[in-house]
Amino acid sequence: MTPRISEKRPWTFYALATLFGLFLMFLYGPMFVIYVLSFQGPNGGVTFPMVGTSLVWFREVFEKGQMANLPVSFERSIALAAVVSVLTVVISVAAGLGFRRRFPGSGVLFYLAIASLVMPSLLVGFGIGLGFQFLGWQPSLFTSALGAQLTWTLPFGLFAMFAVVNRFNRSWEEAATDLGASAWQRLRHVTLPILAPGIIGVAMGAFTLSYDEYARTTLTIGPKNTLPLEIYALISSATSPTLFAIGTLTTGVSFLAIIVSLLVVLRLQRRRALAKVG
Amino acid sequence: MDNRYDVELISVTKRYGSTLAVDAISLRIPRGTYCCLLGPSGCGKTTTLRMIAGHEAVSEGDILIHNENVSDLPPIKRGTAMMFQSYALFPHMSCLDNVAFSLKMRGVAKKERHVRAREYLALVHMADYADRLPAQLSGGQQQRIALARALINRPRVLLLDEPLSALDPFLRIKVREELKRLQRELGITFIHVTHSQDEAMALADLMVVMENGHIRQSAHPRDVFERPVSPFIARFIGSHNVLRLDHGSVAVRADRCWLGSAQEGPHVNGQVVAVEYQGAMVRVAVMTDAGDEVSALVPDQMFYRKPAEPGDLTTLVWSEQDTHALMEA
Repeated sequence: MTPRISEKRPWTFYALATLFGLFLMFLYGPMFVIYVLSFQGPNGGVTFPMVGTSLVWFREVFEKGQMANLPVSFERSIALAAVVSVLTVVISVAAGLGFRRRFPGSGVLFYLAIASLVMPSLLVGFGIGLGFQFLGWQPSLFTSALGAQLTWTLPFGLFAMFAVVNRFNRSWEEAATDLGASAWQRLRHVTLPILAPGIIGVAMGAFTLSYDEYARTTLTIGPKNTLPLEIYALISSATSPTLFAIGTLTTGVSFLAIIVSLLVVLRLQRRRALAKVG
Repeated sequence: MDNRYDVELISVTKRYGSTLAVDAISLRIPRGTYCCLLGPSGCGKTTTLRMIAGHEAVSEGDILIHNENVSDLPPIKRGTAMMFQSYALFPHMSCLDNVAFSLKMRGVAKKERHVRAREYLALVHMADYADRLPAQLSGGQQQRIALARALINRPRVLLLDEPLSALDPFLRIKVREELKRLQRELGITFIHVTHSQDEAMALADLMVVMENGHIRQSAHPRDVFERPVSPFIARFIGSHNVLRLDHGSVAVRADRCWLGSAQEGPHVNGQVVAVEYQGAMVRVAVMTDAGDEVSALVPDQMFYRKPAEPGDLTTLVWSEQDTHALMEA
């Protein structure tokens, strides 16, 4: 028999598939354990086995006592993430459009803006904290913490917008000008709508980066904690399935955010699809 | 008011830093002309078009449209409309909204602008595609939408930047015909940038050949073809042999040359390097003893009566009356 080209997959396929499977287990396994354990019965502990199931730990999150600060720190986190997200979008869209024109020093400016990605997060936060202390300013949510988070979200926003703007055809803008659009009309009716999917992506990215930021925020937040800081404080003081319940809840919030943005994108697409069908 | 010219360029110059893209060109385009700006890439033809459109500032000189100096006016105030090379249709808008865009910018009510946009869609035979998105159309269809979008403002001059380059060869010839028909029907001036001499020959009333930021020749295509002024023009428009003779350079059309013997008339000796069958004609490429590559376009019957093969020694002959002296350049 003459040897034929085998239809069997090569051994590397199985090796890589196994590796990927392990990666998924490593990524989702612990999270899944936490979700399951957050439904632990009232007499259960922080490890398996499950002693019945209940929602008692979820109830505890919202009760007065040790967890009293959770809802308010959650609100702070959401508010901060929203502000960070808006600022990141505004600044990185403007920068993305501006950087299309190479101006003197644009290279240096770009590297300065993204340098904070390579700096240790804790040091950035530490520096900002020290600076505030030196100037005699009180660190707080919407001053030092906001600034510290922007050093983190802006470089990501810039990178994403540069990639989006790169694919933007300049002649769209020229066509708009040719057809009599003012600079504002051009931005409103042509540039921003075409960039919209990228802009939504940057907004979501900035929101999630801010929502679970720890290292930069911890030294710049002042006396009122955000959610990740509050949870971390709880971990060091209490060990009960309540922590797991918090984890489940925050994941729920993240999924909610993703679902909402997906719905927005889908609605945009459906509007376009409707335009097709008439 | 009666204007003899739709567009006049007066010593128009464009500089980018220290490089000169367009060097003091002057040109008058009579009313209702199909004008083609032709030249190799980097000759300044697109820059010239963009200056007329107002998308590129003029460094020196003036641009007049209908006797009005428009050099410092924004595009919309010039009475020009531009069709971009890749059409630049707005991807997020339906064809109808694309065509109605300029009316919307001027604040025309939705109902009225849609009625007008449908008229222009009908003009380019795209009425059935009003609600499609540009991405759902073929290249030729996108081009029609771009045309309708440019025409809805009733421009006095339509500017087309390589409008056929994105189309396949068959479609290109069809669309070419349509452009010419449309220009005749509308009676406005079209300025069409191209690097294809076939396209310019087929379309132009006025063919402007550019090189290196200069206009080298501007005339009716027939005049350019029959009386090229320089070796560059003769070579660029093709089908010409440029020969260096004792008294200077001459151009002879390839279809006026044949393979014969020295007694028949003016001639050069050389060796056949290639034979291409082209249907009605056969092109015979000859390397002259002086090292010039020339060719003869011979009717097929004539060729096959006395065929030649690569490697044959031959004599390229033409008539004295077909010798066209060239300006040295």
